Amino acid sequence: MADSFDFELVSPERLLLSATVTEVVLPGADGEMTVMAHHAPTMTTIKPGVVTVVMADGKSDRFVVFGGFADIVPEGCTLLAESAVAVADIDRASLAQRLQNAREDFADATTDAGKQKAQEYLDQLTTLEAAI
Amino acid sequence: MPSLKDLKNRIASVKATQKITKAMQMVAAAKLRRAQEAAEAARPYSQRMASVMSNIAEAVGSGDDTPRLMAGTGKDDTHLLVVCTAERGMCGGFNSQIARFARDRVRSLLAEGKTVKILCVGKKGYDILRREYAALIIDRVDFREVKQMSFGQAETIADKVIGLFEEGGFDVCTLFYSEFKSVISQVPTAQQLIPAAAGAAKTDASASAIYDYEPDAEEILADLLPRSIKVQIFRALLENVAGEMGAKMSAMDNATRNAGEMIDKLSMSYNRQRQAQITKELIEIISGAEAL
Repeated sequence: MADSFDFELVSPERLLLSATVTEVVLPGADGEMTVMAHHAPTMTTIKPGVVTVVMADGKSDRFVVFGGFADIVPEGCTLLAESAVAVADIDRASLAQRLQNAREDFADATTDAGKQKAQEYLDQLTTLEAAI
Repeated sequence: MPSLKDLKNRIASVKATQKITKAMQMVAAAKLRRAQEAAEAARPYSQRMASVMSNIAEAVGSGDDTPRLMAGTGKDDTHLLVVCTAERGMCGGFNSQIARFARDRVRSLLAEGKTVKILCVGKKGYDILRREYAALIIDRVDFREVKQMSFGQAETIADKVIGLFEEGGFDVCTLFYSEFKSVISQVPTAQQLIPAAAGAAKTDASASAIYDYEPDAEEILADLLPRSIKVQIFRALLENVAGEMGAKMSAMDNATRNAGEMIDKLSMSYNRQRQAQITKELIEIISGAEAL
């Protein structure tokens, strides 16, 4: 069996999950990454996407996160999410609302940088919607 | 001398007031528990945020490319004070304490010749500060309809503050709120938001040196700073709610006790008067009978 480590998923409002896990898949800013025990210390930003957690007892759990960052050390991993929900609890209407807002932001963006940023966010959300 | 009927009416009205204050105290107690739970639930995030911030700030160092939110504008001419108070009164000196604290700061800043801008969060603080410094208040945020403080509310305030900073509206931003020490003690506190006071908690300095950053440390820091401001504002809001409820609870407890004392006094004089009247009537009857 693979080694396990401590994983914590925290949103500003509460601690969502604190468990011993063997594997976590994070949607990192530079692409998806799988974190296992004894990972090199890394700090990465998270883009909107799905986090898959494999618990020590083999069960797996999926969460949708909207941005944030992860602090990875060999003994554990902490994911500070801007907002996070379990995939089972996700509210399609609120996701649609976010998409709508992102589209409006894109339309309202005046500068090139702003437009690019809005476009990226919109793309990420669209991928996310397709994924769940 | 009030008549018996007047006294009776007053006793009834004080009793009604006592019932209301008692109910308010119980509501405040229930809300306080919820507020405390919310504040506790939010604690892990802000703690981790603080430790990550200090790690990364150390890694980036204080070069020329430090984000402006951290380095500041290099001046301290214009100050923005974000004053967080409650939406409702009936909580003892809670609101006036914060407002007084903020007012002292405004006064000393003005005396130093700085420009002061005020952003009011909560209706009560606005009502108090408006009397003296109406010209300095640039904006206000109300949470009248909000039942439970959520991160979204903190975000709206933070976005306002950051937007203003990017326009060059101010150089230093300070947050005023009331720290929740216990049910009976709330301490007005000032906390500097911008420029961010970095490296306050350098506990695990040894671990920070070997981090990999993805994308790179500067970019993460730039992403992190607005977030940390949001978290700090959120924490202040939660502390405020808990403090407000604590203050309200003890204020209403006092009011209930006062009403009880008042009822005792009033019933005493009511009974005395009634007895005096009975005695008087008896004397009248007896002296009438004797005269026959």
